[in-house]
Amino acid sequence: MSTIPSMIGSPIRRREDPRLITGRATYVDDVKMVGTVYAAFVRSPYGHAKVRSVDVSAAKERPGVVAAYAAADLIAAGLNVSIPVAADLPGLKKPAHPPLAIDEVRFVGEPVAVVVANTPYAARDAVEAVAVEYDQLEAAIDLEKAAAGPPYVHEDLGTNVAFVMPVKTGDPEAAFAEADVVVKERIVNQRLIPCPMEPRSMLAHWDTGAAHLTLWTSTQIPHLLRTNLALLLGLGEIKVRVIAPEVGGGFGAKLNLYGEEIVVSWLSTQLGRPVKYIETRSENFAAMTHGRDQIQYIEVGAKKDGTITGLRMKIFANLGAYHQLLTPGIPTFTPLMSPGCYKLTGFDCEVTGVFTNTMATDAYRGAGRPEATFMIERAIDLVALELGLDPVDVRRKNFIGSGEFPFTTITGLTYDSGNYAASLDKALELVDYKGLRAKQEELRKQGRYLGIGFSTYVEVCGMGPSAAMPAPGWDSAQVRVEPTGSVTVMTGISPHGQGEETTFAQIVSAELGVPIDSVSVIHGDTDKVQYGVGTFGSRGTAVGGAALKLAIDSIQAKAVKIAAHQWEANPDDVEYKDGKITVKGDPSKSMTTAEVGFTAFRGVGLPPGLEPGLDATRRFEPPNFVYPFGAHVCVVEVDADTGEAKIVRYIAVDDCGRVINPLIVDGQIHGGLAQGIAQALYEEAVYDENGQLVSGTFMDYAMPRAHQLLAFETDRTTTPSPVNPLGVKGVGEAGTIGSTPAVVNAVMDALAPFGVKNIDMPLRPEKLWKAMHANSNGKVNE
Amino acid sequence: METVNIEVNGRSYSNEVEPRLLLVHYLRDTLGLTGTHVGCDTSSCGACTVLLDGISVKSCTVFAAQAGGHAVTTIEGIGNSGALHPMQEAFWAKHGLQCGFCTPGMIVSCIDLLRRNPDPSDAEIRAGIEGNLCRCTGYENIVRAVRAAAAAMKADEPRRSVAELLPVGAS
Amino acid sequence: MITAAFEYYRPASLDEALRLLGGRDDAKILAGGHSLIPMMKLRLAEPAALIDIAAIPDLGRIDFDGKRFRIGALVTHATLAANRDLEKNAPALWDAANHIGDPQVRNRGTIGGSASHGDPSADYPSVLLALGATLSLAGKSGSRDVGADAFFRGMFDTALAPGEILTTVSFDAAPASAYAKYQHPASGYAMVGVAANLRLNGGTVGEARIAVTGVGDSAFRAGNVEKALAGARAGDADAIKKACSNAASGVDARSDSQASGTYRAAMADVYAARAVSAAAARG
Ligand SMILES: Cc1cc2nc3c(=O)[nH]c(=O)nc-3n(C[C@H](O)[C@H](O)[C@H](O)COP(=O)(O)OP(=O)(O)OC[C@H]3O[C@@H](n4cnc5c(N)ncnc54)[C@H](O)[C@@H]3O)c2cc1C
Ligand code: FES
Ligand code: FES
Repeated sequence: MSTIPSMIGSPIRRREDPRLITGRATYVDDVKMVGTVYAAFVRSPYGHAKVRSVDVSAAKERPGVVAAYAAADLIAAGLNVSIPVAADLPGLKKPAHPPLAIDEVRFVGEPVAVVVANTPYAARDAVEAVAVEYDQLEAAIDLEKAAAGPPYVHEDLGTNVAFVMPVKTGDPEAAFAEADVVVKERIVNQRLIPCPMEPRSMLAHWDTGAAHLTLWTSTQIPHLLRTNLALLLGLGEIKVRVIAPEVGGGFGAKLNLYGEEIVVSWLSTQLGRPVKYIETRSENFAAMTHGRDQIQYIEVGAKKDGTITGLRMKIFANLGAYHQLLTPGIPTFTPLMSPGCYKLTGFDCEVTGVFTNTMATDAYRGAGRPEATFMIERAIDLVALELGLDPVDVRRKNFIGSGEFPFTTITGLTYDSGNYAASLDKALELVDYKGLRAKQEELRKQGRYLGIGFSTYVEVCGMGPSAAMPAPGWDSAQVRVEPTGSVTVMTGISPHGQGEETTFAQIVSAELGVPIDSVSVIHGDTDKVQYGVGTFGSRGTAVGGAALKLAIDSIQAKAVKIAAHQWEANPDDVEYKDGKITVKGDPSKSMTTAEVGFTAFRGVGLPPGLEPGLDATRRFEPPNFVYPFGAHVCVVEVDADTGEAKIVRYIAVDDCGRVINPLIVDGQIHGGLAQGIAQALYEEAVYDENGQLVSGTFMDYAMPRAHQLLAFETDRTTTPSPVNPLGVKGVGEAGTIGSTPAVVNAVMDALAPFGVKNIDMPLRPEKLWKAMHANSNGKVNE
Repeated sequence: METVNIEVNGRSYSNEVEPRLLLVHYLRDTLGLTGTHVGCDTSSCGACTVLLDGISVKSCTVFAAQAGGHAVTTIEGIGNSGALHPMQEAFWAKHGLQCGFCTPGMIVSCIDLLRRNPDPSDAEIRAGIEGNLCRCTGYENIVRAVRAAAAAMKADEPRRSVAELLPVGAS
Repeated sequence: MITAAFEYYRPASLDEALRLLGGRDDAKILAGGHSLIPMMKLRLAEPAALIDIAAIPDLGRIDFDGKRFRIGALVTHATLAANRDLEKNAPALWDAANHIGDPQVRNRGTIGGSASHGDPSADYPSVLLALGATLSLAGKSGSRDVGADAFFRGMFDTALAPGEILTTVSFDAAPASAYAKYQHPASGYAMVGVAANLRLNGGTVGEARIAVTGVGDSAFRAGNVEKALAGARAGDADAIKKACSNAASGVDARSDSQASGTYRAAMADVYAARAVSAAAARG
């Protein structure tokens, strides 16, 4: 393979794949250790109940059982901890969140006891032998009712409201006074279940000799997990090693510290044996963090010409029963991104975070931003409908202009770069907008309902400036040129499908001129890799990649000094060009990184005072977030007989700045689109009024299969970001954020002849069918 | 306990197992073939798909005892990095995987799909992988990979038919 | 994910299987296992013994003499889906076999297991009703034949008596038949499924047998639709649509988080019309 800078932008196939496609990769459950015992959790079958007693004695008698504990046993043995929440807000209520429920359970699936046995089969059997007595309590399930009053999830708080956060900027009064129309709507983002295909998996090994804990866990944040785990277990941080081996997807739900991780680690310290816990999918549905779940009351002020003047929002965010790591922080992103790619002059919003007897919500692909984008992109369509304007024109009318960047929005964010009209133009061209509108007209005459929906989104990612984050926002990279010229990269991010073993190697190969096959990218092991923050918030390349670029810069600077010394040249006359070190204007003088690296290793012939070795560790502190954007067009046809919405075309034009590997970027977009479309049409976590999770398996929760999706048409524009030295923006979440409103807008457009303006997601056929068959009284025609 | 004699990836094994031992656990834990994954507990996801006598099955929904006397092919028996199966090649070339967790089961299913239908349309490919969930890829590149594999296998037919890749005795 | 413990038997003959089954009331037959094992993994079923009938000869046969099909209980969905005789001569069953679950499920699941399970959302029961199939049940004291109408009694409830094994499903050729399925978006089972079996006299419907699954506690015949269809012109889509209204009348339609009873009932009409039109087109 060639070693030239054209590595950047090449669709080279992933270097992580050979082990994955042959079944030789090592996920947590593939790590086998002699003497391992297996944990299983006893979980609450009730949404809300007093725990009268937990009796583990019979379980302990079962064959193969090593130990069994209820909350009281953990506390008696010294593990009296609360699962941490990192996001903080003024006045935030933070109820205790023990890893095993003590005297009250607050959601279905909450752990109440743990058993440990010699085999997973024996552990599962022992779960049956744990006797728990409950007194069922009334559950708080409905978000708005819970916000208004009892029953309370945490009785002692005397309220379910965890926080109220006002955001008022610009001059909303003036903005609304200026408006010719005010469009009001209630917008719902249903609860979603992240469903990474690998459920939570962990293996803890306490090395009694070394008094050292290793936790293999399926996580996105190995270092942050280590720090928190060490604090919770009262161990020195150097006594804890966290390894994220191959991780089977995360989508935000593995950006957390789970009670199970604490308990399993602690069990290993107590039992002196490796303890493994692999949750079942049913447990994953019930007890891994959920996503979204917001209700927004919005008012949009607009002038007759389509100019949006102001936005008022009242947001209710369902937090679930307890905080997980970022639970209360997620909905606070929503107001920040609510202006989208439009200019407004007044913004007035209030976010209310509410406890309910459900699993905690937390980050899920997009994390607070899809809720904003969905709202504003639906709002634009509602304004267009109200004013009889084309939704495309209303978008254009309000776009931030391509010459206005960096642009500070009304909510105080500074968008780094953008060209919203360019991506929209490209999308319109690809879809043949005019032709489609004509076809829509024609089909309507035949009783067929085609709809065209747009979403011109912008999102915030590359998380992020440390001052704006609940945890550090920087990330790190170490680059080492080894004696034989191979290059080792230690990255602080923790990829789990995003492909940085490839993209980072491409960057190294391009910059240092080494063959890509001699670059190794190591991640996900706190004993190997310097502290890093992890992979989430579309930050891997935008922050971790930027740190890598800085480390490469340092290496190059040192290499230049060494080469200059060898050539007795002035270092200012020596440079890296096309991956080689040369003297400016004298191509006869040329050295490779490997050659310089060997000199640096050998320690002979170095400039006086220069340390031997060619390596560097750097951190990138992002001066700002990055703001990818794009234009999506969805074309649907709704079957009038059944109400089924079938997407017939989906065009996504995305801009994530400079592209390092288009194959991977497109893959990220595809996966994002699938999840965004799934929110629009299929997925919904449903709790009944007692807090039973009705959609608790794949037999009920409609995570889409291949035949429920379609071939995506993707294209891109490229507007580099000035925020980082690579010019990249994140691409992990953009597809999800952009797509949901495009689909819903398309379906609403299809149903326009029926006078329908808004239907809550997911747009299940029944809802559409009812809307299409309702008579003037709103009743379904029989 | 039950004695099972199973041929896995061309090798014969004989083990004493609990009747309730699922085939997937037998493969992963008894034989250490961890390429076959478990993604659900409702027989829905297909992460555990293997070939049983050459036909795709969800190994989480077969007891090891039921597989006694039969031949199993897991992802490890499909190909290795030195000699990839065209389907593995195609998944690699078309970026048909991200986190890789669904991938072994997906690849095995796709091989079975081409056995039944060597030249499937896109719609047939999508229907053919209905038993396999993937959360990462949106399936688009998987469809492209199957198309590419079908073309490659057709071009390569005399040398490399699917049947050849199955263990001896499988039909 | 992990089932409770059980004893495992793999009899080599039907007699032995009947003997094993008759001896105890905590044993269950294991056929393809694709309804039973999922239930056991969630511990919704904990049989103390499983009698695996896979080794019993002849239960996997399909016989067709040009007029009547005899299908062994162990014939898999995939085998039916690939059967050319069935495609030509009883396409409703072929349609259903092609749309059950997914390829892996079809590779293991059996027609006998599906019928015996009596799942209210299963595809076959409606088809067997529409075909007027006969189910042969073997017991200790011999074999008896039960018509599909009497076999499917309710939710997970069939005419199988304790100790009996379903051995064959037989029915006459039904070339003008079809099955139309509205897939549940999550489980893939029939949210609504309608089987239509028509006897066509020239261009008009002579006799029609229409059965619906997914809607009620068990698959049922849509008697009023059958009556209304008699005499309808096979190519007249509007007439068919009209005849197919209220297919689920008198049935207490089930609801779940994906679809209400009202919607299911309405879709029974839509899918009845689709099945009838498809069947008519084949006639
Ligand atoms: C993911 C998934 C999706 C599915 N989707 C569908 C679908 O869309 N439509 C559909 O119809 N089905 C569906 N099924 C069910 C599938 O068709 C099963 O194969 C079928 O219902 C049962 O057949 P089996 O051979 O697997 O029976 P088993 O699971 O072995 O047995 C089922 C029950 O019948 C009894 N039994 C089995 N055979 C006999 C016999 N010969 N005599 C007496 N009793 C017997 C058993 O004791 C048990 O109680 C799905 C299953 C799965 C796992
Ligand atoms: S693990 Fe077998 S289908 Fe999910
Ligand atoms: S690649 Fe991650 S689930 Fe398919």
